[in-house]
Amino acid sequence: MSDANIFITEKSIEGDGDGPLAGTTVAVKDNISTEGVRTTCGSEMLEDYVPPYDATVVSSLKEAGATVVGKTNMDEFGMGTTTETSAFGATDNPAAPGHVPGGSSGGSAAAVAAGEADVALGSDTGGSIRCPAAFCGVVGIKPTYGLVSRYGLVAYGNSLEQIGPFANTVEDAAELLDVIAGSDERDATTRDAGDETDYADAATGDVDGLSIGVPTELLEGADEGVVETFWDAIADLEDRGAEYHEVSLPSVEHAVEAYYVIAMSEASSNLARFDGVRYGNSGGYEGNWNEAFSRAREEGFGDEVKRRILLGTYALSAGYHDKYYKKAQDARAWVKQDFDEALSEADVLASPTMPVPPFELGESLEDPLQMYLADANTVPVNLADLPAISVPAGETDGLPVGLQLIGPAFGERRLIRAASALA
Amino acid sequence: MSDDAVSPEEVRHVAELARVGLEDDEVDQFTRQFADILEYFETLDEVPEVDREADLVNVMRPDEERDSLDSEEALRNAPETEDGYFKGPNVS
Repeated sequence: MSDANIFITEKSIEGDGDGPLAGTTVAVKDNISTEGVRTTCGSEMLEDYVPPYDATVVSSLKEAGATVVGKTNMDEFGMGTTTETSAFGATDNPAAPGHVPGGSSGGSAAAVAAGEADVALGSDTGGSIRCPAAFCGVVGIKPTYGLVSRYGLVAYGNSLEQIGPFANTVEDAAELLDVIAGSDERDATTRDAGDETDYADAATGDVDGLSIGVPTELLEGADEGVVETFWDAIADLEDRGAEYHEVSLPSVEHAVEAYYVIAMSEASSNLARFDGVRYGNSGGYEGNWNEAFSRAREEGFGDEVKRRILLGTYALSAGYHDKYYKKAQDARAWVKQDFDEALSEADVLASPTMPVPPFELGESLEDPLQMYLADANTVPVNLADLPAISVPAGETDGLPVGLQLIGPAFGERRLIRAASALA
Repeated sequence: MSDDAVSPEEVRHVAELARVGLEDDEVDQFTRQFADILEYFETLDEVPEVDREADLVNVMRPDEERDSLDSEEALRNAPETEDGYFKGPNVS
């Protein structure tokens, strides 16, 4: 086994018989519940937590005959862009050793890039599938909000997150998406659009006549080598019959702050459940319950999780709610309108997935705000509930660059067809 | 902008509301970082008021009895239990 620290727990879970994923190995992010196999969310808080039930997507994997090979490393509770906030240490990037694999689903992307699993599952709240896919040179899909059940996913920002697949090819990712998509009475936000899908069938690579909108705001300030690689990939698509035009999404200038206000607010509420009584690190029995809970959370949570819980609590507190949370919801609605408009005149939108190539390990932990800004191209998609895919576009200075394609709600087939021209 | 920056007392107050114990050096670090981050969030002031048409429906199911997790399973991850119950700290 490699020493890249890809897995938090290596454990084989066999599927049933010969479904569509028989003989396929799958790595599963460690915030997705696996019955009888510990699920830590990359946190000391849940170091010994063993779920008594499977997430719906894990049941679907088993029914499809897949073999789960382990639970992958991740930023603590999904809060990070590098997988370095994990309580279990950083993961090395198999495609660019010495660099971060991206985050928060860094272990899942690294597992596929290193050949430790054929495919993998991650979760994407603000780019946590697409960023590591881009940094590790693999394919990652963030499905439309409501396509895949989150039952058994440990919640961070429920109004934003989706579970989605990683693979080496778009077709393999689509095949895994076929298995996990679909309505689930245990997740009331799921829709029936995912019930009878054949996404794998759409991976034909045919982009003849495809109209691509390129939002200029998502190229501004990006690394030069990344932008060059991006345009080369667009030229490649043009050669195969696609055409592109520039579009403008003025609202995305405010997407990062809107995203962080909403995600942190939701996190402050979701993570209130970790009090060390029903599960997780206990704060003991000294003093009253407020003291015991504060102790449990002081010991169990790392810096980034504390930061987000505190900022979320602040943003929702009396006197600040209208200033931050309400304005962030306005920004979210504005972002949705902008995307609707742009997608009425283009089949898909394209941008670099990340404005920068992978950071060196340890480079970025000191300045949280700089880290948040790296999510500029991925968070608008979560705010708008839309599907997006990251495919390898090439390299800059030997480091992987991802191309992001964004489609209309439940337009996964279109995205998969377009992206399959590249990988 | 510095008049709006958070004070160490505010950081302590929010930490208390969120039930997160903090060391003194964490309070200092968060006070500095929150000033930067909140200043950045201020740019939301430039966002116009937007008409939000949420297309939402209630999702209900019949209120029928069904199996749920049995109590042994539910208690399995608890640090301490007593007589089939979770054991919590004092409520006072």
